[in-house]
Amino acid sequence: MAPEPRRSDAWYIRPPVGTLLEVIDLQTQFATRSGVVRAVDVVSWDVAEGETVALVGESGCGKSVSALSIMQLVAAPAGRIVGGKIIFKGRDLLTLDEEAMRRVRGREIAMIFQEPMTSLNPVLTIGRQLTEGLEIHLGLGGNAARKRAVELLGMVGIPDPGQRLGQYPHQFSGGMRQRMMIAMALSCEPSLILADEPTTALDVTIQAQILELMRDLSRRLGVAMLIITHNLGVVARYADRVNVMYAGKIIERGTARELYANPRHPYTLGLLRSVPRLDEPRRARLDPIQGQPPDLTRLPPGCAFVPRCAFRVERCVHEVPPLRPIGSPGHVSACWEAERLERAKEPVA
Amino acid sequence: MSDVLLEVRNLVKHFTVGGGFFSGSPGLVRAVDGVSFTLDRGETLGLVGESGCGKTTTGRCILQLERPTSGQVLFEGRDLTTLDEGELRAVRRRVQVIFQDPYSSLNPRMTVGEIIGEPLAVHRLVRGAGARRDRVRDLLRHVGLLPQHAGRYPHQMSGGQRQRVGIARALAMEPALIICDEPVSALDVSIQAQIINLLEDLQSEFGLTYLFIAHDLAVVRHISDRVAVMYLGKIVEMADRKTLYDDPLHPYTRALLSAVPIPDPELEARRERVVLRGEVPSPLTPPSGCVFHPRCPVAIDRCSQVVPELREVKPGHWAACLLA
Repeated sequence: MAPEPRRSDAWYIRPPVGTLLEVIDLQTQFATRSGVVRAVDVVSWDVAEGETVALVGESGCGKSVSALSIMQLVAAPAGRIVGGKIIFKGRDLLTLDEEAMRRVRGREIAMIFQEPMTSLNPVLTIGRQLTEGLEIHLGLGGNAARKRAVELLGMVGIPDPGQRLGQYPHQFSGGMRQRMMIAMALSCEPSLILADEPTTALDVTIQAQILELMRDLSRRLGVAMLIITHNLGVVARYADRVNVMYAGKIIERGTARELYANPRHPYTLGLLRSVPRLDEPRRARLDPIQGQPPDLTRLPPGCAFVPRCAFRVERCVHEVPPLRPIGSPGHVSACWEAERLERAKEPVA
Repeated sequence: MSDVLLEVRNLVKHFTVGGGFFSGSPGLVRAVDGVSFTLDRGETLGLVGESGCGKTTTGRCILQLERPTSGQVLFEGRDLTTLDEGELRAVRRRVQVIFQDPYSSLNPRMTVGEIIGEPLAVHRLVRGAGARRDRVRDLLRHVGLLPQHAGRYPHQMSGGQRQRVGIARALAMEPALIICDEPVSALDVSIQAQIINLLEDLQSEFGLTYLFIAHDLAVVRHISDRVAVMYLGKIVEMADRKTLYDDPLHPYTRALLSAVPIPDPELEARRERVVLRGEVPSPLTPPSGCVFHPRCPVAIDRCSQVVPELREVKPGHWAACLLA
């Protein structure tokens, strides 16, 4: 018997075991002066226990709002979750009251932001910011919390952790602050970390350090991660599965290997082609995606990528393509012409 | 015969920090510490490095937006550091700049037409409102915008379109040299390639010379003829594009190249990575000897004592490393 469809992507088959987080038909909207923005527009994805999943896309595609929706930190009253379910360890987070949700944040799902300086409190010491969560969520006493804080700073590679506890965020470098954010995220032993552009503000050599650290810790501690990024390179090395978002929707999903080797959506293909790569001979000319990013208040009735798409056909203008399986298991694409992309892998002259 | 447009000789820019009533004796930040290079007409020199390495300050010193502490900036044979503000005005027309964030470098109260047209009037390049309007339309077309964009305000445009406006404004002055300071790093990936292609087209159309300042090594390789790598105020390696990327001599260049993630999971899984220890030291208290030695994976004892000179290791390939 076919499994009962749970989500609007009806072909979807529930993953076998160990689903930690399942987002089902999530809809988050913002009321703006120029109209309703469907920042996250009926989107479904999941994360298995211990898995690293990526949400990739450009600014305004809805990737950050997706993470904020999970934490229920979308700025009200303009922003609102208007539909869907967020099943975490069997419970729908959207049905929890604020008090219960507060116990989930930090304790069970932690978040790392792009700019650590703005997410740390400038007038509290590093030590206080680390121990606060430990005391509130884990009920540790002052000394035990302090001891744990020293351990955590050591674990993320901050030298002289004991001394560092007394310092303030401004005395830390950008890389050290991001290490501190990782320590805070790990402090209550969450089962999921949402990392929103965790290394975008960092220099490339520091970026490499932080990403290696995150991968190492997530493997060692078995923490699942959702990495939100615009950088396809970052994702290639660190994600097990990748979701590509465009204009509030997931337009392609697959294992990292499959997605990079066989992109089956013109947008994914375009992104991969448009970046210059150090591992390939220099091309005479870059092959950009034409046109401008979409205006979310004025999306076309069909596929949102139509105005920029080299593969568009008549159908794309009128009908929104649903995600459907293509190629190897778990690989899905929301493109009417996905089959045609197979032949188009070679760059066009 | 090479035709040198710009020559930077031993450029130094120090900033004094602190020294207020409470903060004790002032410190000296050696933002740019003896940088020299030449730039031929029609060429693109990429200047790469991490934040705080002095690449942006180098650009600002060439423009004389910062007056250098010492050194010379020879543009078309004249030393800009000796010119007064009046004399510089004429030169500035020939040396334009494109900034990282087009939003903060465009006046929000002016229309695109006014933004591009104003310098035409100020420098008396085009006389008469009608002729200026035609020139603005022409410039908009050159950067891939439409005539009707002239009536828009910056906030009504996307990031990529705003960067096109910034480029049109620079082009309006008919410059010989454009200093591009991270011109694509604030843009979405799909738009970056559009702007890079545009810069290349304009270069061949107008014979422009670029100093391309960026931290993205893949972008710099694509656009540059020659590349200089900076670390803590100094150039540590400089060569033509192919040599620098295929055969880097300085351990810092090697580490930078190996830190760049490549969008290919198969390749990444097999790739050995040189992850540098520690962080860029403060330019207030640079390390002794080679400034890179505390993080260098191959440093020897002598590296902490001797400052390596930037020397021509092979013809056209310069490196500041004792072991190169």
